[in-house]
Amino acid sequence: MKGMSTKRAHSLYSRKELGQFQLLLPVVLLISVFSAYPLLRGIYLGFTDYRLGDPIVFNGIENYLQLFEDEFFWESFRIGMLWTFVVTALQVGLGLGLALLLNTKVRFASFYTILILLPWATPPIIRGILWRQMYEPNSGAVNIMLLNAGFIDAPVNWLSSFEYVIPSVIIAGVWGEISKAAIFLLAGLQTISHDLYEAGTIDGAGAWQRFRHITLPVLKPVLAAIISLTFMWNFNTFGIIWVLTQGGPGGMTRLPMLAAYEEGFRYGYIGYAAAIGNVMIIILSVMLFFYIRVQLKERTER
Amino acid sequence: MTGRKHISALLIHGAIILYVVFLLFPLLWVVATSFKPTAEIYSGELTILPDDGTLDHYRSVINGQQVLRSMGNSFIVGVVSTVLVILLAVPSAYAMVRYTSVINNAILGWILVSQIFPVILVMIPLYVMLRHMGLTDTLTGLTLVYVVWSLPFVLWMMHGYVKSIPLELEEAAVIDGASRIQVIFQVLMPLLLPAIGASALFSFISAWNEFFFALVLMKSPALATLQVELARYTGMEGQARTGPLAAASVIATIPSVLLFILMRKWFTTGLVSGALKG
Repeated sequence: MKGMSTKRAHSLYSRKELGQFQLLLPVVLLISVFSAYPLLRGIYLGFTDYRLGDPIVFNGIENYLQLFEDEFFWESFRIGMLWTFVVTALQVGLGLGLALLLNTKVRFASFYTILILLPWATPPIIRGILWRQMYEPNSGAVNIMLLNAGFIDAPVNWLSSFEYVIPSVIIAGVWGEISKAAIFLLAGLQTISHDLYEAGTIDGAGAWQRFRHITLPVLKPVLAAIISLTFMWNFNTFGIIWVLTQGGPGGMTRLPMLAAYEEGFRYGYIGYAAAIGNVMIIILSVMLFFYIRVQLKERTER
Repeated sequence: MTGRKHISALLIHGAIILYVVFLLFPLLWVVATSFKPTAEIYSGELTILPDDGTLDHYRSVINGQQVLRSMGNSFIVGVVSTVLVILLAVPSAYAMVRYTSVINNAILGWILVSQIFPVILVMIPLYVMLRHMGLTDTLTGLTLVYVVWSLPFVLWMMHGYVKSIPLELEEAAVIDGASRIQVIFQVLMPLLLPAIGASALFSFISAWNEFFFALVLMKSPALATLQVELARYTGMEGQARTGPLAAASVIATIPSVLLFILMRKWFTTGLVSGALKG
């Protein structure tokens, strides 16, 4: 009897599996051919000296030896890490501040939420254009304000000055994603029961203690998720920098994606560009590992 | 006590308003610029309401044709890729929810990976492949890339929605003799309409806003998408075109802003709970 039922279940199962496969086939095919295969192929190309039009020749770790000595590459990764850490920290930090403020159940909170969604809704290229116009030496709001306030005597060309370009692009980059971090974190905060805070207040906990002992422990997994995702997104930034500076002046804002794009699509060193991509994957994998670990830990704890 | 409460509420509003000013000012500035005559743009005054508002920049964008044409390209690629993504995602999401197998985990894993890997690694071989197929510098090629690009996320959204539909509804249809495809398109599709609407908007906007793939794939100016066209104006010729560029930026942002306002509930709750709880 028992054997019979498992047998029936088994045949039902395999039939279902076949049906599932038919339904999934187009998607699996598309993803494999146009996404998974290119990714694997891209990783492989990082170990070749491929140039468009030439035959593909495997050259082992030669690209990486070359990268190791390539000071443009090191400079690009240094800027990339600086950009990623600073922008991520500011986005998440300022986003957390905004989320905490909106979570105090102030009046007009939903109205404020609509307003703060707007930068997130702005396409990356347009974000770049907005900030170019803000920083424009003669017509930009930044110079007009600083001149009127007497902080500067003459217009500053923010985006082509070695001194100011990095803080300038960082402000523009942070601007666009604060809302995203705030909205994610606000949703996390809203899962915390109000009773907990009230109990905390009755026990005489101050605002900081409530944050430290009630908010932070509950928010930790959400915070870890948003930090790792934001980190990965920022490390892959391309569009906004392309519009703001194209990597200039003198390569000072040449993030790794811009470096890879130039090597591959401007100069045609496809293999070398893919090698840069592979180095990027290693750094991203560390963050992905961190993200998955936190997620799994969360799930098993529930 | 109430006095203290008022003060803290005031402080909270004050702090939020500081954020709002920082977050809205650049947008306001460009909207203002788009309505200012060129002389006023360079007047060195910090005006948000133009003294002498004009629609000239909007007129020149519309008469200039190139921006309009690129908008047309973005629109076509966005609509076609959206329709394809939805047609692919609904049956697949159904299959993933109703049958459990290893493929599910593989697809869900891929969805996660696809959100973060450096696009340059995919783009290089994809470019070579599409070139062999004669699809670089064609709207067809770009559409194909966008389908594959937004498919994982739409699939994952759809997966969540299909999960919330009770099995009983389908069983009733199956007893009445409906085939699986009929179940999907006649029972499931109508129930999924809100979800399809949301996913379609998402997919359209991600195509509309996308830049990197379009930059690499599209070489002919006549085939440029809106984002590529606008990015081009920030190059050498950027200076003289501040006004029209501001107007074009405003136009280009409207679809995306409408989406966010329409789907605000979804962005502020659905996406997040789904994304973080898996």
